[in-house]
Amino acid sequence: MKLIFERSREGRRAGTLPKPEGLARAEVPEELRRRRPPRLPEIPENEIVRHFTRLTTRNFGIDTGFYPLGSCTMKYNPRVNERVAALPGFRDLHPLQDEEGSQGALELMVELQEILAEVTGLDAVSLQPAAGSQGELTGLMLMRAYFADRGEAGRRKKIVVADTAHGTNPASVTMAGYELVKVDTDKRGNIDLDDLRAKVDDETAGLMLTNPSTLGLFDEHIEEIARIFHETGGLLYYDGANLNAVCGISRPGDMGFDIVHINLHKTFSQPHGGGGPGGGPIAVRRHLEPYLPVPAVVRDGRRYRLEFDRPKSIGKVRAFTGPFGVFVRSYAFILAWGRELKTMSEDAVLNANYLLARLRDAYELPYDRLCMHEFVLSARKLKREHGITALDVAKRLMDYDFHPPTIYFPLVVPEALMIEPTETETKETLDDFADAMNAIAREASEEPDTIKSAPHNRPVKRLDEVKAAKRAVVRYRFEEHPDLAAEPTASAATEAPRGV
Amino acid sequence: MTYVCLTDADREEMLATIGVSSVEELFRDIPDGVRLKRELDLDAPLSELEIVQRLEQLAGRNVSTGDTISFLGAGVYDHYVPSIVDAILQRGEFLTAYTPYQPELSQGVLQALFEYQTVICELTGMDVSNASGYDGTTVAADACYIAKHATGRSKVVLAESLNPQLRQVVRTYAPGFGLEVVDVPHREGVTDPEELRAAAEGAAAVIFQQPNFFGCLEPAPELAAAASDAGALPVAHVDPVSLGVLEAPGAYGCAIAIGEGQGAGNSLSFGGPHYGFIAAREEFTRRMPGRIVGETTDVDGNRGYVLTLQTREQHIRREKATSNITTNQTLLALGGLIHLCWLGPEGLRELGETCMSLAEHAKDRLGLPLVFPDRTTFKEFAVRVGRPAAEAIRAARAHGVHPGYPLGRDYEGMDDVLLVAVTEQRTLDEIEALAEALAT
Amino acid sequence: MAADESYPDDLRYHREHDWARIEGDEAVLGITWYAQDALGELVHYEPPESGSSVSKDSTYGEVESVKAVSDVIAPLSGEVLEVNQVVVDAPETVNEDPYGNGWLVRIRLSDPAEAEQLLDAAAYREVLAEQ
Repeated sequence: MKLIFERSREGRRAGTLPKPEGLARAEVPEELRRRRPPRLPEIPENEIVRHFTRLTTRNFGIDTGFYPLGSCTMKYNPRVNERVAALPGFRDLHPLQDEEGSQGALELMVELQEILAEVTGLDAVSLQPAAGSQGELTGLMLMRAYFADRGEAGRRKKIVVADTAHGTNPASVTMAGYELVKVDTDKRGNIDLDDLRAKVDDETAGLMLTNPSTLGLFDEHIEEIARIFHETGGLLYYDGANLNAVCGISRPGDMGFDIVHINLHKTFSQPHGGGGPGGGPIAVRRHLEPYLPVPAVVRDGRRYRLEFDRPKSIGKVRAFTGPFGVFVRSYAFILAWGRELKTMSEDAVLNANYLLARLRDAYELPYDRLCMHEFVLSARKLKREHGITALDVAKRLMDYDFHPPTIYFPLVVPEALMIEPTETETKETLDDFADAMNAIAREASEEPDTIKSAPHNRPVKRLDEVKAAKRAVVRYRFEEHPDLAAEPTASAATEAPRGV
Repeated sequence: MTYVCLTDADREEMLATIGVSSVEELFRDIPDGVRLKRELDLDAPLSELEIVQRLEQLAGRNVSTGDTISFLGAGVYDHYVPSIVDAILQRGEFLTAYTPYQPELSQGVLQALFEYQTVICELTGMDVSNASGYDGTTVAADACYIAKHATGRSKVVLAESLNPQLRQVVRTYAPGFGLEVVDVPHREGVTDPEELRAAAEGAAAVIFQQPNFFGCLEPAPELAAAASDAGALPVAHVDPVSLGVLEAPGAYGCAIAIGEGQGAGNSLSFGGPHYGFIAAREEFTRRMPGRIVGETTDVDGNRGYVLTLQTREQHIRREKATSNITTNQTLLALGGLIHLCWLGPEGLRELGETCMSLAEHAKDRLGLPLVFPDRTTFKEFAVRVGRPAAEAIRAARAHGVHPGYPLGRDYEGMDDVLLVAVTEQRTLDEIEALAEALAT
Repeated sequence: MAADESYPDDLRYHREHDWARIEGDEAVLGITWYAQDALGELVHYEPPESGSSVSKDSTYGEVESVKAVSDVIAPLSGEVLEVNQVVVDAPETVNEDPYGNGWLVRIRLSDPAEAEQLLDAAAYREVLAEQ
């Protein structure tokens, strides 16, 4: 399909602008004036609409079908949330509008903060971080500020992270200026307590943990883990990526965590938008509240206001008070569940366990326990016996009109298939998916080549990622654009390399 | 409840398949001591209609740009968003897709992001753009991280005429990066190249804004040259709406260009979600944060797009990654792409000229003393209102006008100063209304 | 075209899958067949600077495939005399010829006695058998 630049013809245009009469023309000084115009496409409006509409037909979303992407919580995104986010009083509200003129927005934020505090079992919330990974970084900055205040920042240099953690955890540790200490997973999929005890001392600032873990397992020793850190004065950070499993059932604050981030785009249904936006509010215990980003959004009786005067605050992690449009959608979503939010998590866990029960014969289950909202299978046996990898299974699922699960993660499971159905799926959808997965397992012995050459009914077949990385063509170059089709194609990536 | 998909009969059947007798049993791994033994203290569930009513009530307590004539800017601008933007972004295949990790199911988002990257590179005169950052402030922190690793230096220089929120964000990130932050004061509204050169000695990067926070045009080519002379990477923070009339940072020697994308394609939305953009010269490709889309071919030789150079990213390089970012602002960035395609090169130039001309007209009509009378400005300017700015705002609000942003919040000696932003959405009549409101 | 598995007898090996070909007071370093096979086709080599020093058991560069990145560990200490520009330009050379054209750096040894701590081909094969 053509790029939009390849549809451009000089002199065409879509948008027109007002031209106020009698307005004198202002001039940019010569040395600052643009010499060569940017080569934006010149194209009529209907062709723009057709171009992007055609692109949407080459994309898969939750609205298209089942999307069991582990750790991503791809649940239905209610349309009413879009409707309310587009109310002019929200959409067309300037962030610097005076407090008098933004009482409704501030009230919404205060209410959302209170809801998130209740759901996490903590005391204070900042909605500012733009996404989960920024929530993580903010949480680590809070740790630093807290220990600096206690005169311990120089000593407490280390953050402990589980080997099953999302890559964002270790990356955030480095960006926050901490040293990473990795802790192993034991045979039941919990944190290895002996390994942990050996690695935690008074130089440890804290722990970052996802619970349930990326294996979809609730750590059975969570109370002991919290004790180990709190006894040495460390803090516990909860990566809320998997909060969808435990709303109304077990709260991070009650588990012993001091700082939590919540992915509004996972648990609370903000659409992922092809990669973003998200929202990563953080909730903390009372003693960490003074360090939260500014401005705080606070309630004064029936009035709402922004509070900037927080001398111990870490500062700002993004502009204004956060991704407000995301708050509107998540708030609307939570209103629909209200105090029955527990049912959401129960159904998410039930759906996951049902799928697990239906798939455990055809695929290996490395940690044989009941799961929470997601579970991790291994295609190791298919690979050994038939040369069919997790990647092959993923690609073949597309032929059955399903989005594949997360693959090759977590790293502790070879040929991992990480499956998270969420609560917004019917039993029939789960059955159809299980039937497809089981059919693929059968095909592995009967017609492996059909799997290896999948997908068969998509706009493109498997893509040459080696060529993409080597050539690094990351923008259109107009007349000088290379013709990659004329260059040899490697046998496209068939397996994720395991590295050394 | 609205979003329940299972019936009681489904649940019974599923529990039987699992081999447990109750939903409760599924949670048996959770220790008793950490269970919540009560209902969540939240309101009763609402129907869709009640949700709409509740949200309409809250939205009604806000004063939107439809309720008042707004001259607020200061980083977020009331530009017109064409109708096709939402029409396209609300399509479920874009709206409800995840990150395009499975390219065969994601060619739509991938190609659109490749087009977005191209547009950002064209606007800024750069070789490589990522698929977006959180906003116009966090991309400044990203630029610092790139510069620190590219130069091995541990200081960054910020022009005081940068958006104050951006400066705050850099200061928040800097300790973790091991960076010292140094400010260079403005002189009559712009940065002095000689002063900047001195400050840039030993610095990894110098960040300035064009047009700057006061709306003034900086001597950007001279600032970039001063930074380069000192061995620091010149980083320009630019307004996409200005880049039809103002020179591209790549054309005057910048290493990195960053900016807040909101003015192109995003509504105000009380400050977010919007998108930040970051683009750089080719030599920094492998230091870029976040996702990048690249072109390739499939096994049959057909053109296609994939996320590429992923070894930079957290899911592979983990603690050595170039950034921790994963979720970005794709949908907002696509809004920017659509808006900029709608404008085209001519439209973008006209948009810049119209904003600039309207702002000049507003300066004339207000007749108030300019804070920086000798400077050329773009769509925003600072005026003294002869009384505390907060008071002027209150008075003007009574006339249905929000006259601007009180600069005294961020700068000393500016308690009587308003920063007035004029976009193409403001009419000549509305500018008259502003003049009257400030005269009362 | 990827090479067939081999571990030449004239090389010394480090258990982190690196090899050294010692030539007097100099040595040529690279990664083993096992390492390149585990990584897949290489798309990038981040070399050290010529003239910099490398120390035994520490990282001196990085090699990347599409979805994996690996530190390259120095089996011996010394000063970098030469970086293999062929691999910088065409990293897949390592996959094609890991012990020949796919070498990574040439160094001048600062402590030739270190070589005694390295493995011979048979001992390295035993390390691989344990993996």
